[in-house]
Amino acid sequence: MSGTDGEIQVKLKVNGRMREVRVKPNERLIDTLREKLGLKSVKMGCLTGECGTCTVLYNGQPVKSCLVLTAEADGKEVITVEGLAGSDEMRRITEVFARNNAFQCGFCTPAFVLLAYWLMKVKPKATDEEILEASNSILCRCTGYTQILQALKEAISRV
Amino acid sequence: MQEEKYLYIRKPIPRRDIDKLTGEAQFIADIEIPGALWMKLVGSPYPHARILEIDTSEAEKVPGVEAVLTGKDFPFKIGHHIRDRDVLARDRALYVGHPVAAVIAETLEAAEKAAELVRVKYEPLPYVLDPLEAMKPDAPLLHPNLGEYEHLPFLYPVPGTNIAHKFKLRKGSIKDGEREADVVVEEEYRLPMLHHSYLEPWGAAARVRSDGTIEIWTSSQGPFAVRTQLAHSLHIPESRIVVHYLYVGGGFGAKSDLFLEYLPVLASMKLNGRPVKLILNREESFYYGFHRAEYIFRMKTGARKSDGKIVFHKGEYIYGTGHAADLGSLLGNTIGWLATGPYDIPNVWIDSYTVYTNKPTTTAFRNYTHTELWFAFEQQMDILAERLGMDPVEFRLRNLIKPGASTLPTGQQISEDWGDPEGVLKRAAELIEWGKEPEQPREPWKRRAKAIVMAPKGPSMPPNITTSAIVKMNEDGSVDLLTGVAEIGQGTLNSLAMMVAEELQIPLEKVRVYGIDRDTSNTPYDWETCASRATFAIGQAVLKAVDDLKQQIKQLASQILRVDPSSIEIRDGKAVVKGEPWKALKLEEVAMGYTFPDGHAIHGQLIGRGSWVPRRTTGLDEEGRGHPLEFVTYSAQAVEIEVDILSGRIDILKAVAVADTPFINKILALGQAYGGALMGINVALREEIKFDENGKILNPGFTDYKIARAGDIPKSIIVEFLSTKLLHDAPYGAKGIGEVFLGGWPAAIANALYRAIGVRIKRAPLSPERVVEEIKKQKPDLLENIVKKLGGE
Repeated sequence: MSGTDGEIQVKLKVNGRMREVRVKPNERLIDTLREKLGLKSVKMGCLTGECGTCTVLYNGQPVKSCLVLTAEADGKEVITVEGLAGSDEMRRITEVFARNNAFQCGFCTPAFVLLAYWLMKVKPKATDEEILEASNSILCRCTGYTQILQALKEAISRV
Repeated sequence: MQEEKYLYIRKPIPRRDIDKLTGEAQFIADIEIPGALWMKLVGSPYPHARILEIDTSEAEKVPGVEAVLTGKDFPFKIGHHIRDRDVLARDRALYVGHPVAAVIAETLEAAEKAAELVRVKYEPLPYVLDPLEAMKPDAPLLHPNLGEYEHLPFLYPVPGTNIAHKFKLRKGSIKDGEREADVVVEEEYRLPMLHHSYLEPWGAAARVRSDGTIEIWTSSQGPFAVRTQLAHSLHIPESRIVVHYLYVGGGFGAKSDLFLEYLPVLASMKLNGRPVKLILNREESFYYGFHRAEYIFRMKTGARKSDGKIVFHKGEYIYGTGHAADLGSLLGNTIGWLATGPYDIPNVWIDSYTVYTNKPTTTAFRNYTHTELWFAFEQQMDILAERLGMDPVEFRLRNLIKPGASTLPTGQQISEDWGDPEGVLKRAAELIEWGKEPEQPREPWKRRAKAIVMAPKGPSMPPNITTSAIVKMNEDGSVDLLTGVAEIGQGTLNSLAMMVAEELQIPLEKVRVYGIDRDTSNTPYDWETCASRATFAIGQAVLKAVDDLKQQIKQLASQILRVDPSSIEIRDGKAVVKGEPWKALKLEEVAMGYTFPDGHAIHGQLIGRGSWVPRRTTGLDEEGRGHPLEFVTYSAQAVEIEVDILSGRIDILKAVAVADTPFINKILALGQAYGGALMGINVALREEIKFDENGKILNPGFTDYKIARAGDIPKSIIVEFLSTKLLHDAPYGAKGIGEVFLGGWPAAIANALYRAIGVRIKRAPLSPERVVEEIKKQKPDLLENIVKKLGGE
């Protein structure tokens, strides 16, 4: 829907609630989430789609929100870690991430938490190779990944 | 070592900063400061140019622009060690990207738009990008007034040159050594500039409050360092500056000193105290940000055939600091006194130089010059061993320093309680199965080999830096711990909480640690969270504070229970009379002092305090004599690699790291090891800032500057912590481990490559392009033979 000032009205479901925002045609989803909706867990690491710290679940799939225009997101569903609060999955993720020391500085962590959630919901039988493949989309400069990969494996293990 | 019975120490205790998982954790870009303005910088397109005119009139017309500032508004240089940096260029821009103007506007968009409208007239000047060229007498000078710059007393700038600092170290006689040597190896090694690539781009915000207090929020490893250095640079008292603690999204050295904080501070001063924030994006982090320096090592080393002893080492070590030195002067100093690493050599001559070039400026990078020196020195060791016909592990064992007997080339005695250098080397050899040749792959274009290097870390810090801790009791018997450590990912806050709970024998949940709810006005001083020192140094202050608290508890309990204080012990949340466990007071009964049944009260709240200063270190004199080291964490690191001769790609099949130190928290220690190892391996194989011939960075982002992904981790990684000795003043014997695991990989991989295919690469990184290029240069027949084999099959 186009407005008179060149801004576009966009309706999207964010963390379970319908939200309406007015955005410029070139506004990135990451900016809408951070600046208009106050979802600061979505981190701005590079804005070129390399680092993955702005990953959100977009219609159920992990997507880098710096590569999505908010205008495209009309009618879509977005989940950030703020939306996982109180869920059984988040309790389990918190437990396995803390137990494995799967985070250090915390800047890439919300993205990896969402990845864990996505694995639990969508790929609960993912193999180690599939977990590694999925993890390649998010950069971490601190951990060396070993403890993150272990946490992701434990998040979906039924042991 | 005797059996240890700890409640928490050495255990894999889960870290408690789980607000990082939920998105609650706030970094600089996440905090809202009402009314904050945005700053955007305008950078020079030239590596060296005179600024003739800056026209800001068009930029100022952009709606929302509040001010456009230039170097004229900031007429002084900053710098703590050498005052040599114009954060906004004044008469001359000294590198591509050197900020020449700062636009301040209501929105980032307005600031960006206005920044494009700032018109600058430049007169390009001759420039120099290579440190060796910069040292020549006819090189363009970056700092013609170097002789007038204020600097710390133990630094030696050479006026009229591009040398910001020269360090000399002399021990024995090189001539004597040369007479004794049967084999002499003379080589030059080089490492490029690289970027710390913390994932959180740097940012800061500042405002001047109506009472004149300067308030700063910054992504910093050293809030107190920012305060000290800003006070020093601006000539204002420290107490007028308040720096807030924030979560720091990775620093690795780049966020340990004053960086650009002073721009929002001065902008706020000019704008009647309005808050101003400057948040760099990724590309700006590369252009404006601190880098790791480039290094050149020229080495001449001689050894005897009869016993395999190294008899002399002469080195010229060059630290290419970029357009400003400041801390680079100390880094150039450190490579100098590190000199010959963990080896005992009778005759040593080192000249180290910190050299200016028209490039971005540099600062500490995790492992503080050690990784870079080992890249050179440990290759030198393998070359010498081969010339002597000796096994490289045996050759190292014969030359290693002997704790208690050897001295550093600076004259400092190698302390026995630092640990066992031989022990780490031997253990790494066992773990990599040294002596057992790797099984070669079937593909004729692939080759495997192993190598082992020494990679100790001796943190470099000024001899007088201090830190303190406060523990205070709450009504419910719990304890709050207040220290100056910054949370940069390492998790020291967790380890410090474990120490308090351990000493008081109370549940860990009863220890609360101040995290980012602190600022420099309500926190005991700490120098910086760097140099692998937080657990070691702040840990000692914490233990002293807890001891102080315990003495107070015992004193108070003794008055109430009418016994001698020495007969009271503290356990299970109580002060208990030894041998008479029915005589006890719960900690909550004494936390706020004690109230007798008649209402009469004594003592008041119990608060313990502790401070620490280095005990073993001194400054170094003009010949490099003195005691630079508080401790050394010995480490040996080994690899088994597979090289693809056709593509030049090196895969790490196995990585082994052995460090001689016990740890506080097992999973946090492993996190430092895995993270350090992957960073070091990536530095070895991929990382390099590429400049064009005009000094412009060609890869200012993660598209072309590749940091490691999950798929890049070694196929197998083995980490082992030894505890041969407990450093007696360290908390539970634990030395620093934040950096040591970065150290040996570039050298180990280069040595393994040589052992695999006979190609020696003395320039980092060992990228596929460089490996192929060097194969063509050094071993063209390797490629030809493979092509023949493939054709013949």
